[in-house]
Amino acid sequence: MPNMSLKKNEMPVQDANVRNKNFSEVALGYTEEQAVDEAERCLNCKNKPCVGGCPVAIDIPSFIAKVKERDFEGAYEIIAMSSSLPAVCGRVCPQETQCESKCVRGIKGEPVAIGRLERFVADWHNAHSTAAPAVPAKNGHKCAIIGAGPSGLTCAGDLAKMGYEITVFEALHLAGGVLVYGIPEFRLPKSIVQHEVDNLKALGVTIDTNVVVGRTIEVDELFEQGYEAIFIGSGAGLPRFMNIPGENLKGVYSANEFLTRVNLMKAYKEGSDTPIKKNSSVAVVGGGNVAMDAARCAKRLGAENVYIVYRRGEEEMPARNEEIEHAKEEGIIFRTLTNPTEILGDEHKFVKGMKCVEMELGEPDDSGRRRPVVKAGSDFVLDVDCVVMSIGTSPNPLIRNTTKGLDTNKHGCFIADEAGQTSREGVFAGGDAVTGAATVILAMGAGKTAAKAMDEYIRSK
Amino acid sequence: MYKIVTKKVLNPTVTLMEVDAPMIAAKAEPGQFIILRVDEDGERIPLTVADFDREKGTITIIFQIVGATTEKLNHLNEGDFIQDFVGPLGVPSHTEGLKKVAVVGGGVGCAIAYPIAKKLHGLGCEVHSIVGFRNKDLVILEDEFKAASSVMKMMTDDGSYGEKGLVTDALKGLIEAGNQYDEVIAIGPLIMMKFVCKLTKEYNIKTVVSMNPIMIDGTGMCGGCRLTVGGETKFACVDGPDFDGHLVDFDEAMERGSMYREFEARKREETCALFAKEVR
Repeated sequence: MPNMSLKKNEMPVQDANVRNKNFSEVALGYTEEQAVDEAERCLNCKNKPCVGGCPVAIDIPSFIAKVKERDFEGAYEIIAMSSSLPAVCGRVCPQETQCESKCVRGIKGEPVAIGRLERFVADWHNAHSTAAPAVPAKNGHKCAIIGAGPSGLTCAGDLAKMGYEITVFEALHLAGGVLVYGIPEFRLPKSIVQHEVDNLKALGVTIDTNVVVGRTIEVDELFEQGYEAIFIGSGAGLPRFMNIPGENLKGVYSANEFLTRVNLMKAYKEGSDTPIKKNSSVAVVGGGNVAMDAARCAKRLGAENVYIVYRRGEEEMPARNEEIEHAKEEGIIFRTLTNPTEILGDEHKFVKGMKCVEMELGEPDDSGRRRPVVKAGSDFVLDVDCVVMSIGTSPNPLIRNTTKGLDTNKHGCFIADEAGQTSREGVFAGGDAVTGAATVILAMGAGKTAAKAMDEYIRSK
Repeated sequence: MYKIVTKKVLNPTVTLMEVDAPMIAAKAEPGQFIILRVDEDGERIPLTVADFDREKGTITIIFQIVGATTEKLNHLNEGDFIQDFVGPLGVPSHTEGLKKVAVVGGGVGCAIAYPIAKKLHGLGCEVHSIVGFRNKDLVILEDEFKAASSVMKMMTDDGSYGEKGLVTDALKGLIEAGNQYDEVIAIGPLIMMKFVCKLTKEYNIKTVVSMNPIMIDGTGMCGGCRLTVGGETKFACVDGPDFDGHLVDFDEAMERGSMYREFEARKREETCALFAKEVR
């Protein structure tokens, strides 16, 4: 008899007023008992609607059935057939708009907590399994992957499992892409990312860090070196600014810079060689998940007042509800329907305030969201000494500028078909480099699809 | 890991290292830079490629010991390894079609100016070099510049070597003497580049400067290296590091460069204290 409780098992979290002063993980994960109890809520539907909501099509009811039986390693094996990074996805996937949104239990009550179960299973495996993955027999073909982020790592893992010899080229000194430079430790511990990367290495994947494709080596040279197919997962890393006066003052960061200093370069640790300015009041401009991450980092670094400044309403915010809720619990102040017009500096050119206007919502625009318009005479100055611009990113131009025959759209994104095939034979692309800034799981899905297409391409040659 | 194959102390505060990095050496051009991390917890710092040897597969860097990272780097010796070394980054200096150029270097900036002078000289361009240092003890690359230039002016602030005066004095002298330059290339402290540009603007001589702002990744990702050029925001790492000096907002660049000055000074002291303890 299934567990007919209308509510998910709550996941234990650190208290908001404790966690907003540390960088340890916020959510603590299910216990075995909680996991089994939650798994009992799954009705094991025949038609598996949840699987259709998963970009990498994990066989969700089957893995949950294994959890019910307390066969956690068996559950892991099912997830691992479809996902290369389960411990990551269990933490950062927007399940509420994907698998869980399709769950039958969600019609009346809350859906099964699929994400929390995935996380539990992956963590259980990482804590208990000592068996090295079976290294597949090599098929004698070589592929190159550009970028060690979610799409690249997924593509690499899938191709390696098929027997390909894989080299991943990463521009930074560490593999993981946005998982290591962007998403903070308290949401995704870096030891988890490292564990997933180590798993890939155990499969025989080579990761060459400190290689900037487009500078250190070009796509055409990779073909010359015998790589038969290439996947570009270079992400969308170029930060946008608002182009308002004062944006080059000291204390104005792009979210990328702020988060990279804090996460990748570990500026949050005492004694780090990389500096970050300690501030008393921080305004984070933007309403996405990245803005929430930046705001919550700023709070943890000791800022007394941290504002989310967003030109539309809370309803229109692109961030996940869970992130918005967590941010609010931690004391982040939301200034919605507010838009900056100028950043003000002191005599030493440090930020001393941000001039804003209030907005109201008018008619819907192209995105279907109501367009914000300025409320006349509503100027005011927000008292801050640091501003973090988190208003989006665009793809890096290095590869498109150095590779002939690779078509891009007006936003600079690579044009690729559904299988990831670009305008160049043998070159595939996926993730944010194709879609513009999106989610980890969509990038992983693209990496997975491309791996299949690359395999078909090489076989058909 | 990247092996240090040669280490040479050029003066008490400036060190040269030749580092084994064949992939970078195969591609590097004058004007480009690398980013390095000395050790596992180190920060990423940009350093300009001072020279490269495609056959040996090495990159030469020349650095001034100014902060904790350069202090740590300077404690490494031949045979030691640098944790991370990535490049070549940035756009190579434009050298084609130039017939007569004045290359102006100030202090450790000479390390960046030299490979450009060398390349221009190799292309058959007439190179006049003006190099400036605070005093005789700090002079670097004198012979190298001599070999790459038809005219070389050595300037020191205190007159302890060469002529007493600023590089702008020497440049003005050469221009006034009737030298017609296609371009002036000025590389050194921001304040020096600012005044070289002010001077060349009066004579309407195109001037290229090499900017070296604070940056993290060097690939366009962080935007920390942004500066204003002709009223537009540019990223030094991907749009530069070379820019039209007459368009650069040097005052803003100087302010931005001072952002972490206190942190850097404290960090360097801590590092020095740490090394002192190890020696004891």
